[in-house]
Amino acid sequence: MTLPTGKTVLGPLNRVEGDLEIRVEVAQSDDGKDRVQQAWVNSPLFRGFEVILQGKAPLDALVYTPRICGICSVAQSVAAASALANYMEVVPTDNGRLATSLTLACENLADHLSHFYLFFMPDFARAGYQSQPWFDAIQKRFRAQVGEVVNQVLPARAGFMQMTGILAGKWPHSLSLQPGGTSKALGSSEQVRLLMMIRSFRQFLEQVLFADTLENVAALENREQLNAWAASHAQSDFGRFLSLVEPLQLDQLGVTRNTFLSYGAYDIPSNSSQPHLFKQGVAQWQKQSLKNGGLKSKKLDTTLIEEDIAYSWLVGERAHPYQGNTQPDADVPGYSWCKAPRLDGNVAEVGALARQVVNGHPLLLDLVKTDGASVMSRVVARLLEFALVVPAMEQWCQQLQVNEAFCADQSRQPSSGKGQGLVEAARGSLGHWLNVEDGRIANYQIIAPTTWNFSPRDQQGVCGPLESALQNIELNNAGDAAELHECLPIQHVIRSYDPCMVCTVH
Amino acid sequence: MTPKTLLWLQSGGCGGCSLSLLNAENPHLLDRLSQSGIDLLWHPSLSESNGPEFLSLIQSICEGEQALDILCLEGSVMMGPNGTGRFHLLSGTDQPMFHWLQKLAAKAKQVVAVGSCAAFGGITSAGINIGEATGLQFDSEQPGGLLGDQWRSQSDLPVINIAGCPTHPDWVTETLMLLAADALDQNQLDEYNRPRFYTDHLVHHGCPRNEYYEYKASSEKPGDLGCMMEHMGCLGTQARADCNIRPWNGTGSCLKGGYACVNCTAPGFEDSRHSFMETPKLAGIPVGLPTDMPKAWFVALASLAKAATPERLRKNAVAERLIYPPRKETKSKEVKQKGEGKKR
Repeated sequence: MTLPTGKTVLGPLNRVEGDLEIRVEVAQSDDGKDRVQQAWVNSPLFRGFEVILQGKAPLDALVYTPRICGICSVAQSVAAASALANYMEVVPTDNGRLATSLTLACENLADHLSHFYLFFMPDFARAGYQSQPWFDAIQKRFRAQVGEVVNQVLPARAGFMQMTGILAGKWPHSLSLQPGGTSKALGSSEQVRLLMMIRSFRQFLEQVLFADTLENVAALENREQLNAWAASHAQSDFGRFLSLVEPLQLDQLGVTRNTFLSYGAYDIPSNSSQPHLFKQGVAQWQKQSLKNGGLKSKKLDTTLIEEDIAYSWLVGERAHPYQGNTQPDADVPGYSWCKAPRLDGNVAEVGALARQVVNGHPLLLDLVKTDGASVMSRVVARLLEFALVVPAMEQWCQQLQVNEAFCADQSRQPSSGKGQGLVEAARGSLGHWLNVEDGRIANYQIIAPTTWNFSPRDQQGVCGPLESALQNIELNNAGDAAELHECLPIQHVIRSYDPCMVCTVH
Repeated sequence: MTPKTLLWLQSGGCGGCSLSLLNAENPHLLDRLSQSGIDLLWHPSLSESNGPEFLSLIQSICEGEQALDILCLEGSVMMGPNGTGRFHLLSGTDQPMFHWLQKLAAKAKQVVAVGSCAAFGGITSAGINIGEATGLQFDSEQPGGLLGDQWRSQSDLPVINIAGCPTHPDWVTETLMLLAADALDQNQLDEYNRPRFYTDHLVHHGCPRNEYYEYKASSEKPGDLGCMMEHMGCLGTQARADCNIRPWNGTGSCLKGGYACVNCTAPGFEDSRHSFMETPKLAGIPVGLPTDMPKAWFVALASLAKAATPERLRKNAVAERLIYPPRKETKSKEVKQKGEGKKR
């Protein structure tokens, strides 16, 4: 087992929601250029939520799990509520489903907004790009803390998040999301206020992010249409991002061809034919198959999920999360507190891109078929979700039946049982697995989106998605930490996943 | 006036206090900081620089070259395993984060713990506290923590504990504004060194369910409109914060969202001895009574109030939405309702 000692260290890395350290080995490639040969991704913080939850009353998971993460707090609540509903055999009300989807969509889109404007775009405004012809315009708009966008984005985000004040009391860390639905029954005046907030957010998106209607953006079907759209919408922020794709080759950066996984996003009322707005499933690369450019859709089988700990500072065995445990040991060989989740033995990429590929959006399928998952396609998928989800939110809000129940009876709490809760957070698939014995939590395992994306190597030595996405990035000067940090392509690749480091290890 | 420098660090927490802070409105967060004369040296979610640039910044603070007026920590101090701090080595340094915190706190004019994790250990220290998580100057209710009971900042103040899980954006920005104006002294801090401007209130103050509380008309399941103290585990009558006076995300609060207050501004809130969502009782009487209330009086008043509870509140308390609005009933309608009651 080779451990990454003596390699150049990248960190601390900010704008990643937590702490992150990456060790890289740089060497001259066959083409004579210095390139990243290997990378080791370390999640340096361990808190131990899975241990904290042991012995607690099952419903108390609703208090603890949102506090795993301040940016995916609602997603954590929804996963916990859904695992509890599964164990209690409770079916949430239709209103509860709609209110939950509205709350989750609000968080997910606010996260997409923070990611694009506050975490991702500021790297294009860094001094390393000073000599580029596009630099002045980009840095004026996106520079961290002082760019023009700050004055537009912070109020738009906070205004949109006022939805959570109505739906969930507050954000983050609400207790309104329950196994039977939600604890806040909405009235018609709240319904119209929510609708107004969604429409105000739509207005912001249509004026600032897209300079076009959401429907027009959602209808883009392929790279050619996207390029034409970019040319005619250069004064929108999406257009500004797209204008950087060619000069910086963002479609060739951070490229991987991993399995795409989505648990299915936005649970909608049971009378509809499709239980999710974005369907659940797996898309796998098939070298032989030409259909879908080599991508084959498969049904998700969660019994095939395992967490490997060969390179984690943990002791125990590779196991399915129902059997998994979390026992830290800083002295065992390893390089991260993060486990390595695998689906049927495969590495999987999760996030907006995986969600849209699994759901079959033509634009993302086209981008991925041509180039694989890249910095460009990951960002395009995230921004496309604004155009797809906001109109759905308007519908869900109008579908609320304000005279009917929001929370189903949840008094039945068996003294033992199991439950699985699957949800799509902004940054991808989040799963909770709960075991109850003698009325108390006997085991609780969590696999978060960035656990998948920033996983360490597994027992076969197979790299996690980010570790392979960083390979082959060109550097000017091998081995120097300052030089490495100034290598902005590395920063783009890391943040293209919208990492959430606090969720990763939890 | 020279701007006050602020360094914001995160350790064993969820980042939720920073994300909550971004909900600040009119003006937004960055305007609030600049208008109160605060120069944000570095924040993990907002700053451009990272890696060596950040490390040389903290190095120059430790060496006294860069003045640091306010040090904020969000998240618990991670001491584990076995006091080594290896559960959080600051990336790029191979040093436990708590070493950096000790060094930086010694140089800072003021030190602020943002959120219950940094103040007292918080959620991260729950259960068996596997992470050996503690607060900067308290370990749950016990004074001490990382820096010790006797520690004082260069301005002779203890660590200022903006407790809450998460913190309200205004609690943080108002504390920072007071610090920037040199207008915060020991008298404005409570027994846990929390700013009194929000902890001199109870969550109960301004609770929209007060009328149900007065008549002990109690909620029985999530979503019910009644008072959540008797059955649903609500600690609003003991919890120190202004959550129902100063709304969250526009108009919200936990109580308005239909769920119990878990007393998240208190040290040790994370380990409820019972379930968070159930009120522990002894002989049918809630164990935790409202702050300062003698038990005998509570029992007497509660039974009197229960006997006097109007039908309107008794019914509404266990419903998701209002059955009887507070309007004066006509005589004939009252008779009709009485008749209906008998049939049932």
